[in-house]
Amino acid sequence: MTVNTSIVETADLMLARRQVRREKRKSFYSSIGQNKAAVVGGIIILLYISMTLLAPVLAPYDPYTINLQEKLQSPSFAHWMGTDDKGRDILSRILYGSRLSLGVGFSSVFFGAFFGILLGLIAGYYGKWVDTIISRSLDVMLAFPGILLALAIISALGPSLINVTIAVGVFSIPLFARIVRGSTMEVKQLEYIDAIRTLGANDFIIIFRHIFPNILSPIIVQGSMRLATAILSAAGLSFLGLGAQPPSPEWGAMLSSGRDFIFSAPYMAIFPGIMISILVLGFNLFGDGLRDALDPRMKK
Amino acid sequence: MNSLMIDKKPLLKVTELKQHFTLKREVVFQAKQVVKAVDGISFELFPGETLSIVGESGCGKSTTGRSILRLDEPTGGDVLFKDESLTKMSKKELRRVRGDIQVIFQDPYASLNPRRTIRQMLDEAMAIQKVLPPNEREARMLELMKHVGLRPEYLERYPHEFSGGQRQRIGIARALAVNPEIIICDEAVSALDVSIRAQILNLLKKLQKDLNLTFLFISHDLSVVRHISDRVMVMYLGKIVEIADKSSLFNNPLHPYTKALLSAIPVTDQTKREDRIILKGDVPSPLNPPVGCRFNTRCPFATDLCRKEEPKLRELESNHSVACHYAEELSS
Repeated sequence: MTVNTSIVETADLMLARRQVRREKRKSFYSSIGQNKAAVVGGIIILLYISMTLLAPVLAPYDPYTINLQEKLQSPSFAHWMGTDDKGRDILSRILYGSRLSLGVGFSSVFFGAFFGILLGLIAGYYGKWVDTIISRSLDVMLAFPGILLALAIISALGPSLINVTIAVGVFSIPLFARIVRGSTMEVKQLEYIDAIRTLGANDFIIIFRHIFPNILSPIIVQGSMRLATAILSAAGLSFLGLGAQPPSPEWGAMLSSGRDFIFSAPYMAIFPGIMISILVLGFNLFGDGLRDALDPRMKK
Repeated sequence: MNSLMIDKKPLLKVTELKQHFTLKREVVFQAKQVVKAVDGISFELFPGETLSIVGESGCGKSTTGRSILRLDEPTGGDVLFKDESLTKMSKKELRRVRGDIQVIFQDPYASLNPRRTIRQMLDEAMAIQKVLPPNEREARMLELMKHVGLRPEYLERYPHEFSGGQRQRIGIARALAVNPEIIICDEAVSALDVSIRAQILNLLKKLQKDLNLTFLFISHDLSVVRHISDRVMVMYLGKIVEIADKSSLFNNPLHPYTKALLSAIPVTDQTKREDRIILKGDVPSPLNPPVGCRFNTRCPFATDLCRKEEPKLRELESNHSVACHYAEELSS
């Protein structure tokens, strides 16, 4: 091969490479696009995220301003979702509250996933006594009902939204770890892991470059399901008065204050409730679609 | 080949290699159950040759390969690679020499990481063993693809875009990327259909000649073994029963087990057909191998001696060793 032809060949190759990458990206989008439920889920999530970002622009009123003259109004053109017992506009509060709910959801899942994945990979890859210690400790955590564990953590740390995040996150750790551990053990014994070991790769490369990308699908599915439950749990804890403190427009806290007026002003509880349900649904739908699209074997 | 072997030092020397697996207890106070998958085997592998290991499933041939590579830590014995003990090496030292001994696996679908392109695989292999600086790898990758008969633009593809035969070629390219001296082919062609199998075998032969490779070829398929080997080693229940030059083994098998095994090769020429030796019963459980010669439960010639004393592997003719008390009598 002369120098010239090799340069030409390399250039051709680079073109081919770019082409292939473009096609790959396209096929990811088209495969997730074909899944209608995932599209719906994705749109819901996007709507919520834009709501979060645009809250100051969209909100017609300040979410904290008390206006007792307009308290407990039913939905109208002035107040699309009505007003609460202190005369605050519910729509504005919901828009601002989306920041809290999504924030708590994402950060607690990220927290739980980070430690869960790490522990799961270590337990699954090294096995033996390492696995025994990690798995038994996780079993202890799993033995607590989630809400009880969260209550214990919050009672130790004090009620606040950040502590709710930590509590929900901690409870997510064993769930992630268990899934990751199982998948790691499954992938670990595949021949391509043996192949990379015979090439002389160290454990770090094997775990993070070869095992981790191959167990992403169950993690993503678990992540989306956990996001849904984390948002629910956070709302639940706030509902119990352990999370967001008044006057914070957290949806769970809004639900809780709406409870007292459930017969006279049901919209106070209905709207935050609907917002929570739709968001949870969106994450579930999207997670499923994402799983299918991320798996290269599902591609045609 | 014989002359080659005499004046050359073995590249790989396996002595008394043992691989025992302890099973988990099913009942609390149950005695520990140990599977002796490989139970003290010794052999040498000479540079440039192809040594095949044959035997039925469960005889320990794949386990032998895995123990040599320390994919499973061997229970006992030693493996010397160029006078360095692989079994005594620290993990770090072992990683350094790993590039010299590569493996090609049976299942072309499980042996490639589905999430990595061929380019990533080859590049990574070279990076791990530091065979080439990054700027020279591109040319080497193209060369490797040419070696194994794949088009260079396939580099960007993922394993699921290939057929079984192509995947096996990729596996070979990955093994070659680190310039190995020994390649262990663990049933490397068993999962391929016949036409592809021939292609891959010929590719392996060609590569061996071009790159001066040494093969340890593990297979249960005698016709494949006959095609590719220089020497053949027959295993039964974790032991070597016979090891010899290919022609010597195929033309003049000394061990009754080898004879039975060879009689199972299908023959197209009816006039040459010999009586098939059908063995009684099944392979005994490796959990509880027979005392004495391990083959005594199924051997038509077994005597009390066979049931008491384990025959040692002894060289009966030059380069032809057999583990049978009555090999001389049976061969005549």
